Amino acid sequence: MAQIRVENLRKSFDQFTAVEGSNFTIDDGTFFAMLGPSGCGKTTTLRMIAGLELPTEGKILLDGEDVTFDRASARDIAFVFQLFALYPHMNVAGNIGFPLKCQGMGRGEIRQRVEETARLLRIEHLLSSKTSKLSGGDRQRVALGRAMVRRPKAFLMDEPLGALDAEFRHLMCGELRDLHDRIGATTVYVTHDQLEAMSMADQIAVMNKGRVEQIGSPQEVYDRPASMFVADFIGSPPMNFLQFDSGLRSGDRAVAFHSVSVEVPEIREDRASAPLALGIRPEHIRFADEAPVRGEVFGAEYLGTTQIVTVDTPHGRLAARLPSSASVRIGETVGLEFHSERLALFDVASGLAVRTANEGSVRHG
Amino acid sequence: MTAVLTKSTAHSIVEASPRAKTVAGGLVILYAVITILPLLWIVATAFKSQSDAIAYPPKVIFQPTLEGYVNLFTVRTRQTPDFIAKLPPPETWYDKLVRQRDMVIAGPSKVVPRFVNSLIIGFGSTFLAVFLGTLAAYAFSRFRIPLADDLLFFILSTRMMPPVAVAIPIYLMYRQLNLTDTRLGMILLYTAVNVSLAVWLLKGFIDEIPREYEEAALVDGYTRLQALRKVVLPQAVTGIAATAIFCLIFSWNEYAFAVLLTSGEAQTMPPFIPFIIGEGGQDWPAVAAATTLFVVPIVLFTVLLRKHLLRGITFGAVRK
Repeated sequence: MAQIRVENLRKSFDQFTAVEGSNFTIDDGTFFAMLGPSGCGKTTTLRMIAGLELPTEGKILLDGEDVTFDRASARDIAFVFQLFALYPHMNVAGNIGFPLKCQGMGRGEIRQRVEETARLLRIEHLLSSKTSKLSGGDRQRVALGRAMVRRPKAFLMDEPLGALDAEFRHLMCGELRDLHDRIGATTVYVTHDQLEAMSMADQIAVMNKGRVEQIGSPQEVYDRPASMFVADFIGSPPMNFLQFDSGLRSGDRAVAFHSVSVEVPEIREDRASAPLALGIRPEHIRFADEAPVRGEVFGAEYLGTTQIVTVDTPHGRLAARLPSSASVRIGETVGLEFHSERLALFDVASGLAVRTANEGSVRHG
Repeated sequence: MTAVLTKSTAHSIVEASPRAKTVAGGLVILYAVITILPLLWIVATAFKSQSDAIAYPPKVIFQPTLEGYVNLFTVRTRQTPDFIAKLPPPETWYDKLVRQRDMVIAGPSKVVPRFVNSLIIGFGSTFLAVFLGTLAAYAFSRFRIPLADDLLFFILSTRMMPPVAVAIPIYLMYRQLNLTDTRLGMILLYTAVNVSLAVWLLKGFIDEIPREYEEAALVDGYTRLQALRKVVLPQAVTGIAATAIFCLIFSWNEYAFAVLLTSGEAQTMPPFIPFIIGEGGQDWPAVAAATTLFVVPIVLFTVLLRKHLLRGITFGAVRK
């Protein structure tokens, strides 16, 4: 198992820049998710780590060793593809054993290792089946088996659950994480699904337009988003933004939100007056009759234990997550109270978070 | 393709009505009869006697004879009945057959060496064209090649002019290189013509094989060539088989260059067959016999690969 380090990685195709100056270190044994919308460069980054694309600039280090321009085959890394890429002309055992055959391992030993791997994935009964006859989940397991059998330094997975149906995806999420813990592998997992990333990863790198916007644990990324993009991309419904203009002074504990003073976590930087956005997670909003920020209920979406209530305020539309027991009438005017310790402030022009007490030590990617 | 498993109903959109099926079936049978009839006629003519073969109106029922085949494989001389009577009794059935016509066998004809030429040149050039075509098609399909589209067009453009247009330059070039009337020369020529077809057809097939398969092999420790051999080629078998059949049919049947460039040693069947002359003109039963034998290898090859061919033609040949 290995540590993966990426330094100033850049990749451009003709005029288009897919990855722009990425820097991160994935520690040995970490489950690292790269999360972002399609086209954000996460798959390209993964392919560069694998050696399937060569970077335009930058370095990739595996356990401190520079492998930037090494062949894929020389890196001892396993890759799981979105569509599994099981060889259709071989059966399950043939697929799982294929990487070993290349190393010139003897037949008996290959069979033993294949059976061992199959047992771990609970697919021993499928070893002689054709891959085309398998269900999506079993194909996924065979693809994982083919990756595991070689005991590589790291696993790279490119949306491996993307081709499965929703119910099964949830099950496989658990299985994947379980597997990761059992073999203690370094895993780099690319996905556009925040739920997958949040539920499985130790560390998440949120990417947008070729840049890493933030790297942190799922909690950090959710609670202290480094940019408006991260705040918007993670969470469902996403963080609400209410725009206002104001200057900031270090040490302040409130901001002048339009004509109202709104309590926020202690501000840690000085700023001249500029367009700002107040970031509020839906679950940090409460209805309070006397609250100065007011709005009109636009709609409600019932979700079982909670409900998402949309409120139109003069400064924009908000989504609030309330207990489903709260009675809400459409068209009624309500006062909105925010959970002040959990509010975030963003500079609208740059999209970056303003440093506050809540932010702690958030790094900008 | 997914099979339609639902039972047919009168209004089913996907399944044809019984009447439409009957009409379609009838048309297919009609077409098959039209295409197979000339072939059957040739096979039948090979068993006719010379006079039956040119009889008018054409004879459908006739006394079959192997004379056509015997004439094809032998060279005969006419002798007087007295001379033949003095010979020792015929040793074989074909000696006997020839003597009935007041002739004796002088030796074997050139049909066997010509047939061998056709086999060597046909299969040799097919193998080379498919081999080179596969490598080129793989490169065009997978790598970023500067001016790839122009190169592909250039490759195809070699097919755009009729062979006659380049016949004279090629003849002169071959004479300089001492390649006229050699098997090597013919193999090279047919390979050159077929490679363009092979590259285009195979590129279509290889484009449809997802890259992930090779990439999986690459990360699993294989080199690019190993990945090509162990992962791509097994999946391209269909396309390769279809391409091979097309190439073989071309080089097997090619006439213009064969007439121009071969006369002796390397002559193939197509220029040989029309010049099978009997006494007093064309020996039609012998020509028919040669044609029948000439068709057999193609039929065999196609039957052997038909499983791939059917899928191959509908699969990769249709470019998206």
